Amino acid sequence: MKIRLTSQLILPMLGAACVLLAWTVVSATIAPDLPSPARTWQESRRYILEPFFKDGEMNQGIGRLAFYSLVRVGKGFVLALAIGTPIGFLLGLSRPFHQSFDPIVQFMRPISPLAWLPLGLVIFQKSEPAAIFTIALCAMWPTVINTAVGVRSISQEYLNVGRVLKLSRSRMLTRIIVPATLPYVFTGYRLSLGLAWLVIVASEMLTGTPGVGGFLWQEYNSLVYAHIILSVLTIGAIGFLLDRLMGLVEARVRVN
Amino acid sequence: MAYVEVRGLRKAYVTPRGRTPVLGGIDLSLDEGEFVAVVGYSGSGKTTLVSLLGGLIAPDGGDIRLDGVPVTGPGPERGIVFQHYSLLPWLSVRDNVALAVDAVNPGLSAAERRRITDEFIALVNLTPAAWKRPRELSGGMRQRVAVARGLAMRPKLLLMDEPFSALDALTRATLQDELLRIWGERRSTVILITNDVDEAILLADRIYPMTPGPDAVLGPAIEVGLPRPRQRRHMSLEPAYQKARRALVDFLRSSVSEREAATTEGGPRQMRPGSGTPGSPMEV
Ligand SMILES: Nc1ncnc2c1ncn2[C@@H]1O[C@H](COP(=O)(O)OP(=O)(O)O)[C@@H](O)[C@H]1O
Ligand SMILES: [Mg+2]
Repeated sequence: MKIRLTSQLILPMLGAACVLLAWTVVSATIAPDLPSPARTWQESRRYILEPFFKDGEMNQGIGRLAFYSLVRVGKGFVLALAIGTPIGFLLGLSRPFHQSFDPIVQFMRPISPLAWLPLGLVIFQKSEPAAIFTIALCAMWPTVINTAVGVRSISQEYLNVGRVLKLSRSRMLTRIIVPATLPYVFTGYRLSLGLAWLVIVASEMLTGTPGVGGFLWQEYNSLVYAHIILSVLTIGAIGFLLDRLMGLVEARVRVN
Repeated sequence: MAYVEVRGLRKAYVTPRGRTPVLGGIDLSLDEGEFVAVVGYSGSGKTTLVSLLGGLIAPDGGDIRLDGVPVTGPGPERGIVFQHYSLLPWLSVRDNVALAVDAVNPGLSAAERRRITDEFIALVNLTPAAWKRPRELSGGMRQRVAVARGLAMRPKLLLMDEPFSALDALTRATLQDELLRIWGERRSTVILITNDVDEAILLADRIYPMTPGPDAVLGPAIEVGLPRPRQRRHMSLEPAYQKARRALVDFLRSSVSEREAATTEGGPRQMRPGSGTPGSPMEV
């Protein structure tokens, strides 16, 4: 019990204290424009303590801003899964499909959100759908690839059960292929969600839509540097929570 | 022509590292309702034979006929109890069996299919565990599910690939007795693959010994003259038992020494402990 207290509470707090110390030292010495932890707290406390106030489009409590970002990420993420999952299954199941589209997947995967966003604006003419388009397009690749790998690594043992029973294509899919692939699919989903959250900042910055990322960029332009740090910490905390949440879902699927 | 007719079945695996000849002309025949065992050392090609009979892989040569019809691919009229159970871990015991029942009886009503599923789960004494997932079951219970699934297909030919080899001796004996009882009730046509000489004698009407690979073949069939219904107790004292055992062990031993005389490679092969002493009493 004592050992767990040390390893799970005291040591992580020690780590955080080290970072705070380094931050204080840096702001006091080489980067005078960087607000110290204390100043950051003073300038941000209203945003944290009244997380849902709204004074204007870009001046809102951090909870409200995070909510906008989460809704946007949610839409992009769902779109990514809706497109990525079937593509992944097709890549894994069909050799001609794999031969036709795998090169394109490999080609599109490394393209940065910064490159997709202007294209999204050109296509949709509006910032909101452009942002969602960008999130979906960047976030879907882990889902596509994990699903395809999952399908291809289904044990021959399970497939043979279906072959002996001469299962129809649809029953083969619903009873064997999909359940056998599910753990891989959900690993893909967790990675996709992480990517979607990573992309949100860039897409909000470029489109100027209200959200944590948009707020961050606006406060940089208005020279309120403490709020940049507030935004960064918020992004980190939410990203961490989302990953934990998806990790729980993934673990549930894996147990079966 | 016999119910099951296998002629000159050959198979080699070709991998990037070369060609492994496994089966070199297997001949085998069964009448309807017969229980035949194939006994061989591990690695001699028994699973390969099951895969060929099941139609899961294609032979290089030779011919398989079941009820006069050539086997060209897998199908539910040849049920397989796989060596590694191959239960679907995401389905309950019930659903694993139901998958087979539903697949082979598309014409029956849902209620009727449910009744058949329950019947076969009860047959292997798993009714209390019907809603459990395979991972919640012991090895013996998993093997029971696999047997129930194979039987529930009501195949013309049931192939069992070392069904009990992964189990401890006590559980193995229990399941052998259960299989003996079930087969006594239904008299299906069964090919049992095993590396356990006593298991083969207890269960089968006829036993084919298999020479160790490469290019394994089956030796002459050994009739088991034991009357049915059989009892494990005292079986080892019967002259018919000792006769079958001696014939089987002699053939397997001489096939190994011939093989070892012919080739320099290949260390001692694994058999179940106890198999080396003909006629030794075996009672659990
Ligand atoms: N898919 C395969 N590819 C290549 N070699 C194989 C394959 N399956 C089995 N073998 C080889 O064929 C031989 C017989 O294997 P198997 O039929 O599994 O034997 P048994 O079931 O009697 O233990 C072994 O030497 C094994 O290594
Ligand atoms: Mg085997």
